[in-house]
Amino acid sequence: MAATEQTIKQVNTLGSSDYKYGFSTEVDEIRPPKGLNKEIIKFISAQKDEPEWMLEWRLNAFKVFNKLPKPQWAKLNIPEIDYQDCYYYSIPKSLKDKPKSLDDIDPEILKTYEKLGIPLKEQKMLSGIAVDAVFDSVSVATTYKKQLSDLGIVFCSISEAVKTHPELVKKYLGSVIPVSDHSFAALNSAVFTDGSFIYIPEGVRCPVELSTYFRINAMNTGQFERTLIIADKESYVSYLEGCTAPMRDENQLHAANVELVALDNAEIKYSTVQNWYPGDKEGKGGIYNFVTKRGACRGKNSKISWTQVETGSAITWKYPSCILQGDNSKGEFYSVAITNNMQQADTGTKMIHIGKNTSSKIISKGISAGKANNTYRGLVNILSKAKNARNFTQCDSLLIGNQCGAHTVPYIQSSNSDSMVEHEATTSKINEDQLFYCQQRGLNSEDAVGLIVNGFCKEVLQHLPMEFAVEAQKLVAISLEGSVG
Amino acid sequence: MLEIKNLHVSIEENKIIKGLDLSINKGEVHALMGPNGSGKSTLSYVLSGKDKYEINDGTIDYNGKNLLELDVDERANEGLFLAFQYPMEIPGVQTSFFLKTAINSKRKYLGQSEMDALEFAKLMKSKAEELNISTEMLKRDLNVNYSGGEKKKQEILQMSMLSPKMAILDETDSGLDIDALRIVSEGVNKLRNSENSFLVITHYQRLLNYIKPDFVHIIADGKIVKSGDYSLALELEEKGYEEISQTA
Ligand SMILES: Nc1ncnc2c1ncn2[C@@H]1O[C@H](COP(=O)(O)OP(=O)(O)OP(=O)(O)O)[C@@H](O)[C@H]1O
Ligand SMILES: [Mg+2]
Repeated sequence: MAATEQTIKQVNTLGSSDYKYGFSTEVDEIRPPKGLNKEIIKFISAQKDEPEWMLEWRLNAFKVFNKLPKPQWAKLNIPEIDYQDCYYYSIPKSLKDKPKSLDDIDPEILKTYEKLGIPLKEQKMLSGIAVDAVFDSVSVATTYKKQLSDLGIVFCSISEAVKTHPELVKKYLGSVIPVSDHSFAALNSAVFTDGSFIYIPEGVRCPVELSTYFRINAMNTGQFERTLIIADKESYVSYLEGCTAPMRDENQLHAANVELVALDNAEIKYSTVQNWYPGDKEGKGGIYNFVTKRGACRGKNSKISWTQVETGSAITWKYPSCILQGDNSKGEFYSVAITNNMQQADTGTKMIHIGKNTSSKIISKGISAGKANNTYRGLVNILSKAKNARNFTQCDSLLIGNQCGAHTVPYIQSSNSDSMVEHEATTSKINEDQLFYCQQRGLNSEDAVGLIVNGFCKEVLQHLPMEFAVEAQKLVAISLEGSVG
Repeated sequence: MLEIKNLHVSIEENKIIKGLDLSINKGEVHALMGPNGSGKSTLSYVLSGKDKYEINDGTIDYNGKNLLELDVDERANEGLFLAFQYPMEIPGVQTSFFLKTAINSKRKYLGQSEMDALEFAKLMKSKAEELNISTEMLKRDLNVNYSGGEKKKQEILQMSMLSPKMAILDETDSGLDIDALRIVSEGVNKLRNSENSFLVITHYQRLLNYIKPDFVHIIADGKIVKSGDYSLALELEEKGYEEISQTA
């Protein structure tokens, strides 16, 4: 049997049972009825003890949402989403009054995180990484809080920040992604539940990786993440998010809004390892991952770098973007997107050059297997004032098998004659001779595919924080192999 | 070690190997020589299990196993090694990482634990030194931008690290400079023992001055037309394929 054929077979047999994080946790939940309406929004706000201004902000966003059409342009086959048939809020009862210490947290929940490889207890905490753990609609715990606050760094859940740092939240929330941007952005603004808030004060280099781990547990429940990261002048932070969900036959929605703001000479490095449940091989179930991520390089010489490894979700729709306002600011986007079986991904980035001497770099690696579709969609927009702007884009697609698809849709708009835009794109099939060579050296066909695909993605993976690079490599191999667990 | 009987192979309806017999015992070195297109590389691919080749007739026994029933990686892990005529480039994969993966695949197959990092580094260093390969080179992506000769040396490094039972060298000498030829040959000779066997495919008698074969076979149009000892290579050098095949 041809090596690739064999691989394709193996890839095809990759059933849902191979998803390592597919278990669910038995907890009593607080959950208002299904449906999207003002009452639900008021309920969420009240549950979180929010100040009046926050509720008003939400209600206004809901008004906007009702007026906006659904975005149409992605090359995705998205079933009609019935917003009324979904829960918008679910928290474990035991977390209603935010536990004061880890000892007060339901042991079942602590166990969940331990199983996921994210221990929250002090003795077992991951070294060099501070974690905010979000379970359905609520943040469970944040580690290393004290050590960080000694440096003036704020790292907490967004719900908490609304109360403890209202001036920062008011100033920056919605300043990068306007509520009216598109319907998912408006929906998120109306019903967002939890996510992380980070503020790095002027001149501080955050000494550890900050990280949020999102876990969807409850059934039929949408997760509306809201994350806001502000790097003040001359500061630096590296942030990583990870995501998993139980295996369920119904589709579930994760609609996130993530806003980053970098002031003068500040740098934000944002990494994602997304491994939501992808659905089974017939395409049943799985997470709809509709994410708006946008960073504003507001200050001069500021830098925002997005690195993403997208292996999960039934549908991924996300375009982490940079608005390069400050002179000499830099935006980077490094992406690996893997789709297998019936998965669909439409992902890419937007680089909006506004300031002088701004530069951007885009490296995208798309891998499709099974019957999956994978689209890179990118926009490089150079405005007239962006003198001497530079962009380099490279999009490579790798196909495994004959039933999958790869598409590259780069838009380039330049209103400036002394700017320079370079674009390179390749599409290739996994090379039989390379596979044979590896197998002749004793690697089985799965390992051979994993090795070659990892080589293909190396340029992107090497931008992940060290601690996660190895995990990500394994994930890349696993999501194509069928040897999970 | 290896017993090929009445082998017939075709690819996309083209008959390439047409009734080939070859028997290689433990501890023996066989040289295979023959004109371009006579089926030498095809034979090496069939032995290592590359797909797309159709086996129309014949049997291949490898240490008591039916070789044709084993997968490519099983054959490799059972000690069959092919030094490629055209080694593949694998972008993004460090040569040293590849070596380690190969060694550990074999160990896993044999039910052994992974080689520890230090032991591996030592082994790689000593073998690389023997072949005059710099450790800097091993940090580069496998075969990417290696020169023709460097790729061939890399194959021999892999071979000596995996210490196969049955090694097939497909024109390893082509592209090697004079010094490299000597070094590579020494590498092969060092590996030679009473337990392993080699099939050395070459166009040049010169290589056989360094790696002394026990037997020399001449293949033409998919069949072995003449076999002999080392002197056959000398005779071939003198007379050329045409005349030798006629006297067969
Ligand atoms: N995929 C293929 N389709 C058709 N013919 C093929 C294919 N692959 C090889 N051949 C033919 O098979 C014959 C044997 O090729 P092979 O590579 O085995 O020769 P060789 O003896 O190794 O030659 P060289 O000395 O040049 O390396 C050649 O005529 C070649 O053209
Ligand atoms: Mg050949």
